[in-house]
This record gives sequence, structure tokens and C-alpha cells, in this order.
Amino acid sequence: MTATLDPPVRTSPLLDATRPPLRPVPLRGAAVIAEVAAAGLTGRGGAGFPMARKLAAVNAAVTVTGRTPVVVGNGSEGEPASSKDRVLLTTAPHLVLDGLAVAADAVGADRAHLVVTPAAVAAVRAAVAQRSDRVPVDVVAAGEHFVSGEETAVVAGLEGRRAVPGDKFRRVVESGVHGRPTLVQNVETLAHLGLIARSGAAWFRSRGTAAEPGTALVTISGAVARPGVFEVDHGAPLRDVVGLAGPRGETPVLVGGFHGAWLAPHEVAGAAFCRASLGTFGASPGAGVLIVLPAGASGLAETARITAYLAGQSAGQCGPCVNGLPRLAAELGRVAAGHGSRPDDRAELYRLAGLTEGRGACHHPDGTVRLVGSALRVFGARS
Amino acid sequence: MSDALWYLGRGTGVVSLVLLTLVVALGVATRSGRPLPGLPRFAVTAVHRSASLLAGVFLAIHVGTLLFDPYAGLNLVSLVVPFSAGAHPFWYGLGALGLDLILALVVTSVLRDRIGPRVWRGIHWAAYASWPIALAHGLGSGSDASTGWMLTITGVCVATVLAAVGWRVSERFAEVPDLAPVPVTAPPLVGTGPPEGPR
Amino acid sequence: MTTLHLDWTRCRGRGGCVELLPELIGRDEWGYPLTATDVPVPRALRGAAEQAVRDCPRMALQLSPRFAE
Ligand code: HEM
Ligand SMILES: Cc1cc2nc3c(=O)[nH]c(=O)nc-3n(C[C@H](O)[C@H](O)[C@H](O)COP(=O)(O)O)c2cc1C
Ligand code: SF4
Ligand code: SF4
Repeated sequence: MTATLDPPVRTSPLLDATRPPLRPVPLRGAAVIAEVAAAGLTGRGGAGFPMARKLAAVNAAVTVTGRTPVVVGNGSEGEPASSKDRVLLTTAPHLVLDGLAVAADAVGADRAHLVVTPAAVAAVRAAVAQRSDRVPVDVVAAGEHFVSGEETAVVAGLEGRRAVPGDKFRRVVESGVHGRPTLVQNVETLAHLGLIARSGAAWFRSRGTAAEPGTALVTISGAVARPGVFEVDHGAPLRDVVGLAGPRGETPVLVGGFHGAWLAPHEVAGAAFCRASLGTFGASPGAGVLIVLPAGASGLAETARITAYLAGQSAGQCGPCVNGLPRLAAELGRVAAGHGSRPDDRAELYRLAGLTEGRGACHHPDGTVRLVGSALRVFGARS
Repeated sequence: MSDALWYLGRGTGVVSLVLLTLVVALGVATRSGRPLPGLPRFAVTAVHRSASLLAGVFLAIHVGTLLFDPYAGLNLVSLVVPFSAGAHPFWYGLGALGLDLILALVVTSVLRDRIGPRVWRGIHWAAYASWPIALAHGLGSGSDASTGWMLTITGVCVATVLAAVGWRVSERFAEVPDLAPVPVTAPPLVGTGPPEGPR
Repeated sequence: MTTLHLDWTRCRGRGGCVELLPELIGRDEWGYPLTATDVPVPRALRGAAEQAVRDCPRMALQLSPRFAE
């Protein structure tokens, strides 16, 4: 990291390849939950759910069911525009494994699974072989579809079934891998846990905002000079974050990946990289994916292509998802091609969005609807 | 007394065949997801279930009477173990086989919450085997098979099931078509970062 | 309050629940039940909801005492 990039980036504790494994695990049981709650660590896999609450939910399920829990590190990274999990796992695998060990101790698990992109399997297995963790870690290659990283899909894959999302009548924390209470955390979330176990909640809170403490890994791609993975502070100006990759011009940015939302250039200039600020534009940091639209490209046409891609990534199980997403893509394509200047066409898109949202076993339709809605908001007036 | 048993055995056998025919036709209708004249969709399923339970009751009486009927010469084992009967081993054997299949269909359906949809549906395909077996059993061992009224009933039942199966395999059978795979396209706009990490 | 939960991976739009619970469930243009994944069931519709669960050909419906999320 060069000094000129300060702020939003000072150092990258997450991507420090030289840090040795943490041994012994300094925090255990309830102390972990207390420290994680004090740190305010939230999930980095997209939904931003507070980790302390998930830990507590797993512990509650263990009390109710009397079954031994399982912990799962989720490095599936199904989003093609994201590479932060792969970079983290290949650069600093021990930090993720530290977090996995701390999490396993916190809930009393006897088994840990690490599901990673096929490209990272060898590196992570090598790191596991260098360690002597109490809980054995098994490293598994993730499915290679967009939805393979959804938590119920990960659980299905670990049980030897096809890695597609499943129904959530029973939550994964209550009944996950082979019916056991299961903690699924994104690998970056676990890496943060590994750092909190070393340096404590107060240190974690020294970066980010009071409401959203800490840093996050972002993957910046699209029309930029230096695409890549960067560690940034929550609450950093979005323009500075995107600036790390050298954007070619002031163009709209897709924030949060293919399930994310577009921000117009003046919104990028005014927004901060955190839930509170991005939420006002219907966006969220998601899993930290930022895609800069090339100058001259049609935002609607690109969104239509992304939507068609997302439709093709449907697990093909739920009627509204299988029927609705291709229709959304086709209608948006029509609007993008200029056949959709009549208000009726946009009304049809909103109607289809309403038919699709919230009607699937997983949030794939919801994320797709969010993307389409943001494209209409940001690019709609120009067509 | 044994004459009464014999009539009861014959009568319940015939009623069972008629009910099973109805059950198969209603099963096919349930699978179609379409309402029938006078029967909304949920009722098609409900009547399919009730009729199959009723068929189970008639089958129980049917085999129960035969057990006590000295003419038939059957015991408990030969009722459930196919092809083990002393007399008419083949035709009575078909009856035992059909009984086993239908009992399996009814029991797994009543317990389908515990069995789960996959296994239950797998077993349910046996319905298409059970009906012809039951029919053949009736034709081969029934003493009324060649009477006019029995031929009529048999003809109507065969026509009903053939029509149901023909509908089942026809092009526009299901009201809501099976989910077709969506074509897969490449992700656009993606230039991901290098694996070496921060820059 | 009881919640009716719909497993979309099982449902194939056979439509029984739409007929039994028209107050809660519509039908979309593809034939699938027009409802959220978890629907609170008013007391008066409890019986119809139980029947819908029993009669769903695809075993896609479940009742739970949980609140809809
Ligand atoms: C309590 C007893 C039963 C219940 C609850 C029941 C339920 C059902 C249901 C819900 C379906 C529709 C499956 C779908 O839509 O995927 C079905 C289909 C069917 N059932 Fe049953 N059933 C029972 C007994 C029987 C019996 C005893 C027979 C036959 C002798 C039978 C024959 C059929 C047939 C032929 C189908 C159509 C299968 C297909 O072509 O996909 N059922 N049954
Ligand atoms: C369609 C879909 C795809 C997802 N893919 C991933 C993924 O690739 N990696 C990931 O960590 N989480 C993914 N998630 C989120 C997971 O379901 C889950 O919330 C997350 O792994 C929990 O970890 P966290 O709380 O640490 O973020 C996905 C969610 C959805 C709806
Ligand atoms: S909503 Fe779509 S992607 Fe999610 S499980 Fe259902 S079919 Fe698959
Ligand atoms: S009855 Fe079952 S299969 Fe039919 S629409 Fe309702 S939930 Fe779907």
C-alpha cells in the first residue's frame, strides 16, 4: 500500500501473508461471542448479518437439539466479478483457518469444513497440513455456479447432494449439515474473527464507522486501469474506494455485484462505502464487488446481459425464478434496444419484478430484481 | 355360509377393481394439476386419496373372505406371498402381488410426510403396475369373468385406464409445464483482479 | 399466529392451495401460487390451511407456529 492511498486504505491486515498461525486459540466459548458483539463484526458474504447473533443462534440450537454443531467457512465466491475470497485464501489462508478454529471453539463444534473455489483448494490444503487445530478441517471445492455459494447450497454440497439452494423452513443454524446446528460464515468474516481474536474488539473498531466497524475487501473491475482486490474502511468515500483501481472516467458504478445496485456518477461522488450511505440509493456493500461501467456502454444493455446471465444461473427449481428471470432479461433487453420507450414497457418490468421478488427458495430472484430496479432508476430516463 | 362368503369375495373383488380404476384415473388427474368437471383441483387429490383408502378396505374384505372360504383353499401366507397358493398358483399369485403393491402404495402415501417426496413418488410409479396385475388376477381367477355384466365392467375399466394413460402421455397433459432449463450465458462486464492480492 | 410456509423447490403449481385459500393465495401467469414464502394465517383460515397442507400433491406446504420473517 502506498502512502498516497491514505485514507481510505492504510494497511491491509487481512492480506498480510507473513502472519504465523494463531496458537493456542486465545478466546473460547462465550468470550468469543462477547468480543465479536463488542467488535460489531458483520458477515462479509453479502447479507451483512451480525456474526455474534449467528453464534448465539447456533448455541441456542445446540442447547435445544443437544447435537454437536458444525462450522463452515464459505469461500465459494460464486459471483464471477468477485475475487476477494480467492485472493484472501491464497494470500493469507492461516488467518481464515484461525477464524475457523476460533468459531469452532466458540460453538463447540467437532468438525469444520472450508468450501473454497477450485483454484484455491491446493493452497488451502497445504496451509491446513501445516497446522494442528483441535477441530479437523476438511477442504472442499465449491460448486461453480452463481448460486453454489448460497448457504443451503453449500450445506447440500457438503452432504454430497447437488450444490443448489434448498428450502429454509428450518434455518441452517438450527439444522444444517446432516441436520446438525451449523454456522456458515464467509471466509473474510472468519479472517476478521482471526484478527479480533488476536487484537481485540477495540482494535477492530479503530477502523470503519461506529455503526459499521472494521474494513472490508473489495474487488474492483470494469473500466479501471488496475482491477484487483483492496482492503478498505467501511465509511470511506466511495469515489476514493473506486479510485484505488484507477477508473477510466466518471461513469456509473455497480455496487455490490450482480445482485447489487447501480449508482450514477454524482451519487458515487457523494456516497460512502457502508450500508447506511449506500442504502439511501437502494444499494449495499454486499460482498464488496464494484464494477465500473465503461464510458459509452449502455447501462441498460449491460444490465440486460447480466440479468440474462443471472437467469441462466438459476438453480431451476422454483417456478417464479425459472419463469420470471428470463422474462425480466428479455423485457429489459427490449427496453435497452429502444423498443421500450413507452411507459407501458417499464410498467411491465415493474410488474414482472413484483411477480419474481420474494418467491424463491433463495434470494437469487430478489437480488436480480434489485439489479433491474436500480438500472431502471439510474438509466431509465435516458432511454 | 360359505356361499355367502363366496359371493362377498366375488363382489368385493369386482368393487375393488372399479375403485382402483377410479383411483388410477384420479391419480392421473391429480398429476395433471387440472380440475375435473365438478371437482376443483384440491378435491381431485382428496377423492383420489379417499377412493384409494376405500379400495384398501374392499381389498381387505375381499382377501379376508377368501381366507375363510374353504373353496379357495388360501392361508395367510399365500395371500401375501405371491405364487405360493396351492390352487391356481399363478392367478392367485397375481392377486397377492397386486395386494402387496396396493398396500405399499396406500401405506407409503399415508406416511408420505415421514418418507419424503422423492421416495414416495418413486414408489407411487408402482401404481401403473398394480392395476394391470389386479385386472389380470380378476380375469384369470374370477368365476364371472366371461359373464356379460363382468365383461362390460372390465371393458369400461380398461377403457378408462387406457384413456387416462393416453392423456398422461399426451403433449399438453399438465396444466403447468415442467420447469425447463434456462439457457446459460457468459457473465458480461467482468474483469476480475489478479490472484496476487493487494496492489 | 400460525404461518404457512411454501417450499418453492417442491411446488409445481398444481393449484390446490389457490382454491382452498383464495384470501391468501392468488395464481400468477405461470400457474404458481402468488404469495410470499411465509404467510401468516388468520385464525378463521386455519382449517383451510390445514387442508391445503394435506392435499398439496407435491408436499410443498407446511404450517409452523413461527411468525413470518
Ligand atoms: C392414501 C393413498 C394415496 C394418496 C394420498 C395418493 C396421492 C397421490 C398424489 C398426491 C398424486 C399426484 C402426484 C403428483 O402430482 O406428482 C398421485 C398420483 C397417482 N396415484 Fe396416488 N395416492 C394414493 C394411493 C394410490 C393408489 C392405491 C394408487 C393405485 C392403485 C394410486 C395411483 C396413482 C397414479 C396412477 C397417479 C399418477 C402418477 C403419475 O402418472 O405421475 N394412488 N397420488
Ligand atoms: C444467490 C446467493 C449466492 C451466495 N453466494 C455466496 C458466496 O459465494 N459466498 C458467500 O460467502 N456467501 C454467499 N451467499 C451468502 C450466504 O448465503 C451466507 O449468507 C453467507 O455465506 C454467510 O456468511 P457471512 O454472514 O459471514 O456473510 C450467497 C447468497 C445468495 C442468496
Ligand atoms: S430461487 Fe432460483 S436460484 Fe434460488 S433455489 Fe429457487 S430456482 Fe434456484
Ligand atoms: S397445492 Fe402445492 S403444488 Fe399446488 S400450487 Fe399449492 S403449493 Fe404448489
